[in-house]
Amino acid sequence: MSRITTQEELNALQGKFMSEIKAEPIRILVCAGTGCQASGSLNVYEKMKELAENTEIKVEFALHVQHPHVHKSGCLGFCEQGPLVRIEPFGVLYTKVKPEDCEEIFNETVKKGEIIHRLLYKNKITGEECFNQDSIPFYNGQTRVVLRTCGTIDPESIEEAISAGEYQALSKTLFKMTPDEVIQTVLDSKLRGRGGGGFVAGKKWQQVASQPVTERYVVCNGDEGDPGAFMDCSIMEGDPHRMIEGMIIAAYATGAHEGYIYVRAEYPLAVKRLTLAIKQATEYGLLGDNILGSGFSFNLHINRGAGAFVCGEGSALTASIEGKRGMPRVKPPRTVEEGLFGKPTVLNNVETYANVPQIILAGAEWYRSIGTENSPGTKTFALTGAVRNTGLVEVPFGITPREIIFNIGGGIRDDKKFKAVQIGGPSGGCLTEKQLDEPLDFDSVKKLGVIVGSGGLVVMDENTCMVEVARFFMEFTHRESCGKCVPCREGTLRMLEILERIVAGNGRMEDIEELRTLSDLIIHTALCGLGKSAPLPVVSTLNSFMDEYIAHIQDKKCPAHVCQKLKQYVIEPTKCKSCSKCARGCPVQAIDGKPKVPYVINQDKCIKCGACIETCPFKAIYVA
Amino acid sequence: MLEQSFYDKTDEILSRYPAQERSLIPIIHEIQEAFNYVPVELLPYVAKHIGITETKAFSVASFYERFSFEPKGKYIIRVCDGTACHVRNSLPVLERLRSELGLSEKKHTTDDMLFTVETVSCLGACSLAPALMVNDHVHPAMTPEKATEMLKALREEASVHE
Amino acid sequence: MGTMKIDGRNVEFSDEKNVLSVIRKAGIDLPTLCYHSELSVYGACRLCNVEDEKGRMFASCSERPRDGMSIKTSTPRLVRYRRMLIELLLASHHRDCTTCVKSGDCDLQKLAHRLGVSTVRWGYKERAHEKDFSSPSIVRDSDKCILCGDCVRVCEGIQGINAIDFANRGTDAMVIPAFNKEIAKTDCVNCGQCRVVCPTGAISINTNIRPVWEALSNPDVKVIAQVAPAVRVALGQAFGGAKGENVMGKIVTALHRLGFDEVYDTTFGADMTILEESKEFLEIFEKGGPFPLFTSCCPAWVSFCEKRWPEFVSHISTSYSPLQMLGSIVREYFKGQNIMSIGIMPCTAKKYEILRDDLKRDGKQNIDYILTTEELITMIKRAGIQFDMLEGEAADMPFGIGSGGAVIFGNSGGVMEAALRTLCKGSERSALEELSTGGVRGPGSLREFTFNYKGKEIKAAVVSGLAEADALLRRIKSGESFYHFVEVMACRRGCIMGGGQPVHAGYRTKEARKHGLYESDVNTQIRRSDENPLALSIYDTLIKGREHELLHSHR
Ligand SMILES: Cc1cc2nc3c(=O)[nH]c(=O)nc-3n(C[C@H](O)[C@H](O)[C@H](O)COP(=O)(O)O)c2cc1C
Ligand code: SF4
Ligand code: SF4
Ligand code: SF4
Ligand code: SF4
Ligand code: SF4
Ligand code: SF4
Ligand code: SF4
Ligand code: SF4
Ligand code: FES
Ligand code: FES
Ligand code: FES
Repeated sequence: MSRITTQEELNALQGKFMSEIKAEPIRILVCAGTGCQASGSLNVYEKMKELAENTEIKVEFALHVQHPHVHKSGCLGFCEQGPLVRIEPFGVLYTKVKPEDCEEIFNETVKKGEIIHRLLYKNKITGEECFNQDSIPFYNGQTRVVLRTCGTIDPESIEEAISAGEYQALSKTLFKMTPDEVIQTVLDSKLRGRGGGGFVAGKKWQQVASQPVTERYVVCNGDEGDPGAFMDCSIMEGDPHRMIEGMIIAAYATGAHEGYIYVRAEYPLAVKRLTLAIKQATEYGLLGDNILGSGFSFNLHINRGAGAFVCGEGSALTASIEGKRGMPRVKPPRTVEEGLFGKPTVLNNVETYANVPQIILAGAEWYRSIGTENSPGTKTFALTGAVRNTGLVEVPFGITPREIIFNIGGGIRDDKKFKAVQIGGPSGGCLTEKQLDEPLDFDSVKKLGVIVGSGGLVVMDENTCMVEVARFFMEFTHRESCGKCVPCREGTLRMLEILERIVAGNGRMEDIEELRTLSDLIIHTALCGLGKSAPLPVVSTLNSFMDEYIAHIQDKKCPAHVCQKLKQYVIEPTKCKSCSKCARGCPVQAIDGKPKVPYVINQDKCIKCGACIETCPFKAIYVA
Repeated sequence: MLEQSFYDKTDEILSRYPAQERSLIPIIHEIQEAFNYVPVELLPYVAKHIGITETKAFSVASFYERFSFEPKGKYIIRVCDGTACHVRNSLPVLERLRSELGLSEKKHTTDDMLFTVETVSCLGACSLAPALMVNDHVHPAMTPEKATEMLKALREEASVHE
Repeated sequence: MGTMKIDGRNVEFSDEKNVLSVIRKAGIDLPTLCYHSELSVYGACRLCNVEDEKGRMFASCSERPRDGMSIKTSTPRLVRYRRMLIELLLASHHRDCTTCVKSGDCDLQKLAHRLGVSTVRWGYKERAHEKDFSSPSIVRDSDKCILCGDCVRVCEGIQGINAIDFANRGTDAMVIPAFNKEIAKTDCVNCGQCRVVCPTGAISINTNIRPVWEALSNPDVKVIAQVAPAVRVALGQAFGGAKGENVMGKIVTALHRLGFDEVYDTTFGADMTILEESKEFLEIFEKGGPFPLFTSCCPAWVSFCEKRWPEFVSHISTSYSPLQMLGSIVREYFKGQNIMSIGIMPCTAKKYEILRDDLKRDGKQNIDYILTTEELITMIKRAGIQFDMLEGEAADMPFGIGSGGAVIFGNSGGVMEAALRTLCKGSERSALEELSTGGVRGPGSLREFTFNYKGKEIKAAVVSGLAEADALLRRIKSGESFYHFVEVMACRRGCIMGGGQPVHAGYRTKEARKHGLYESDVNTQIRRSDENPLALSIYDTLIKGREHELLHSHR
């Protein structure tokens, strides 16, 4: 391939690639995101490819081409139903495809255009078959702006990205806009950072652009450490070019010539695709020196994280790129003043950058038409937990949690009762049934005491113990605390101790007060966002689920039957046939009994191993 | 003392990075990938080459969860205990793996150096929770039973390779 | 420039870098455990939090002062938070105050007391890390460490060593050498600056009080002390004296009362050092190199040079340090007698110096033990001597006097100044005055100046703090800088701020110690080393041409 040196060449190339793709009679897209790969989609891909290459068949309605094309795509968001296979031009979407299905798909759908009904997604509530993506409830509630190309192009092919219009926005900024105009457009769009803070992106760019120091950096935060969130992962895997384009535009706007992408090491596929994308873009002259012949140069590097959640914090992230311990530092100076290598730095999240090209192309006004007044645009969420349809969704700001969970997500799994949805991960909190109809945007959610965060939505049903959830998050933040400042290092340790005590049935009523005072201290005195938000899941569950705390402390009961130490194994006397089987199996001889009298479990001795439940032939033992 | 081959490989890695502090973390990544752990002797060696103190190199390496000074097993199993996986019962999977391999919270690697079991928070496969990763490969929707089967398959694979 | 409101009062500020400094200037002693004006701002203890008018909290050590700012420094909420922060620290701390070396001088203990922390709600989890006694100079006790990072920043930032650093993270975090090896096996140069800034007992002096005390009570041993210049301007304050007051007379009395048989003045040795070193310098200067010649009296510097700049080791003067000079002469003087020679020093590195092989004669140390200023204070207190009530005595002869030039050794620049004095045309005040105002004194940790010697220019530099020295060496090596003569002191400001000195020395104390020494110089009759009659006389009696054997290192 040769370098593209003018805007016209880029347009010509886009046209060429587009017609090449259009000329493909049949286009088979096998999802190759992390989720589908895990479910074996690469085997499906290989099988499809083998069939396509070795086939003699003439595709009847497209006689001019000998065989159909098979492509890998990025995550379609519906990973749970993966491996997904999409067949164009029919638009049919097959779910849970196995290599054994490939031949049939070939013979029926590819050759004859016949639908294989058993591979179609069935509406979980109505049971209706969904022929294509748009008829699946999971998709039809979404607005896909950032994810527009994820799943429809092959992320390992820059040609497909170009054909889909990537780098058009870049060419527009380089040739038709001044850096100030770019910043103004982003400001006008009111685009806000998607990494959690919701800071207005244009302002950040403006501040960097106005620094006296001219050596500047553009950094992309792809650390995505929030457990239970994989939005950024899917964007980086699904269409790495879009976010790279956003970074180049940011660099042009702020006068930076060097950029870094900081990616979690747990995302090997994202790293691979980003590396490839940078290589391809550089070869095409879309990155590197003299981009598109405009005279503007920008080089991009990838840094892998090394397993530290706190490195998602801006100053810790830049420290980590510099080769240091990822410990947040005091501010001022802020990252926009002295960031990476002590130079002014634009730091934005993956999704923030991925929004930029569309804003440039379609304009700030168009962008503001989506979402709400102060939170324009869309937000991707990772919908997981106890919902029917888990996956990656993109929705306009202002949508309610209920719509996401019950329309897109299809409601609670196994018809259980909804209890809460955790938003904002370890820095966030829970929304309860009462709050499900509040609009979801940066400011409204704050009023409910939680944050939008990076986009994890973990749905919890009646079987979830909220005290245990609070303990879980506390354990996470305590483990991930960098250990620098006293309130976070020592305070999270003590909060965790208290929560562990409560779920083990050793809680005291004073513990509640102690949790509250510690939370108050940590929130107000910790150095960085990790500490400042670490107590939020506790505060939020204390506010909404005090009854569960009290049940654990006073009644020594876990209402959701989750906390192992609070489980009581009991023998139902009417069912017990005194067979003694359980007593023999108990590792600590906690079960006593005589023939003909129902056996009894000595609760003081029982270590709650659960062995007896399994052994009783008459199902006489249950958990109370 | 480490064998010379360790230094040779390290030299090869070093040659690909500028001799600067900022190269430290990528270099340790590569060393860990090459040897499955970070041999302690190599840190001062790397530090000297890139012009930082060994204290600094140690300080940085010990900060990051992913770097290990102890040799890891051939198969590194990272069980996700992120939120999505946790609420879908990832702990029983972890417990099963540990009990089958005789490992614990403290002991991560089997004596035959075949398996290392660790936890990780989120693999980006949350909708297939609970998930785990064996080396670079994600296994979705795990159950304790599937974990047992997986170990069996890995053992077989290992014996074939022998 | 601007005005801000602190607790309702208007306070002007000028070039203060942070709000904390403005608060302190306003006379409010805001508690801190991780702030030192000379170190980078770290922000870990969070004690310096203040509240603005909107109730927003921020750490004052890391916020820039702004005109019109209005803050409160001790609202009930702030006080509650501070108390809780201390409580949290104490909960994870090995709290054996009653038997802890630092008790009574410990910032953590003081703050707990001051803030009224009366209970600790959380249990201590035994960590029981082993103490590190490997260094002759300092002892590390990780169980007392509160991770304030002060030592790390001083060792790396000021000294350029980085012998210790943070390891691990979260509650597992520790401050240790690489791989938790013994501190003696690292690049540590024993300067003790980490111990000076450590707010707790986590880094303390490796004390030698016990063997000295045993010798003092043994009638068969003649115990001989020598007292370094910097000790005399730092010790008095511990007994209620004025900052920087020269209390040499009382120290001599106290040492006699403790049972020392002879008490000498290290300034005698300092004069010997100057005599030897200026001879050495003139020889090289006349020969035309190799330049520069480095001073040799700071063992931490020598050790640093050996570890980091081996190519410059041959440039270090071979003349003994004042301690070793006097030690060697005393040994010779009392040849055949059962003596124990003790150095009373401001310095922890001297504890290491006395063990060096190149400073031994026939395999024997010139000095048996070093007691730091801090240790002497402890001994005086332990013996119940009412120091402030003592009448001063003169040091014992024949090694009880030194020149004014020798006294100022304790300040950075003092060695250089004393050496150049011997090259001055005369001893008139005017010549010495000209020298002292010619750049050798003054602020800053690097001072460069020239000195006219017989029509030729001597380019000289005075540097203190090893990071600064490191940068200087780099420039010398690259050819960017050139000097004939360089004085290096490992401790910023020189030995008055040595690792064995009483801690909690703020700006005013530092200045007072410095002026204390310069004043003593002015009050001395003999100001040039080459005019110390006793020092000159021993060349004919004791030394008799054996300078090389008795007065020089065999590095
Ligand atoms: C502990 C902690 C972890 C964070 N993790 C991430 C992360 O994984 N990804 C991210 O984009 N931002 C993360 N942030 C937010 C960043 O500090 C920063 O605000 C963001 O990357 C800025 O980009 P944006 O303005 O585009 O959101 C984290 C912040 C904290 C305090
Ligand atoms: S709040 Fe926690 S993570 Fe942040 S600096 Fe303090 S200890 Fe480190
Ligand atoms: S749960 Fe375990 S310990 Fe308890 S009674 Fe049953 S078998 Fe025994
Ligand atoms: S195994 Fe079941 S039936 Fe038999 S003794 Fe136990 S509880 Fe009773
Ligand atoms: S370091 Fe301070 S607080 Fe800790 S035991 Fe010693 S005196 Fe007490
Ligand atoms: S301070 Fe309290 S604990 Fe310590 S010795 Fe005195 S009375 Fe005892
Ligand atoms: S004594 Fe000096 S060199 Fe050694 S650790 Fe302390 S500060 Fe660093
Ligand atoms: S050793 Fe002392 S100075 Fe160093 S971090 Fe610990 S408490 Fe602070
Ligand atoms: S400057 Fe003085 S006190 Fe400091 S290490 Fe050197 S000799 Fe010792
Ligand atoms: S990975 Fe295939 S749909 Fe997400
Ligand atoms: S929480 Fe387990 S993969 Fe995300
Ligand atoms: S002095 Fe400000 S945080 Fe410690």
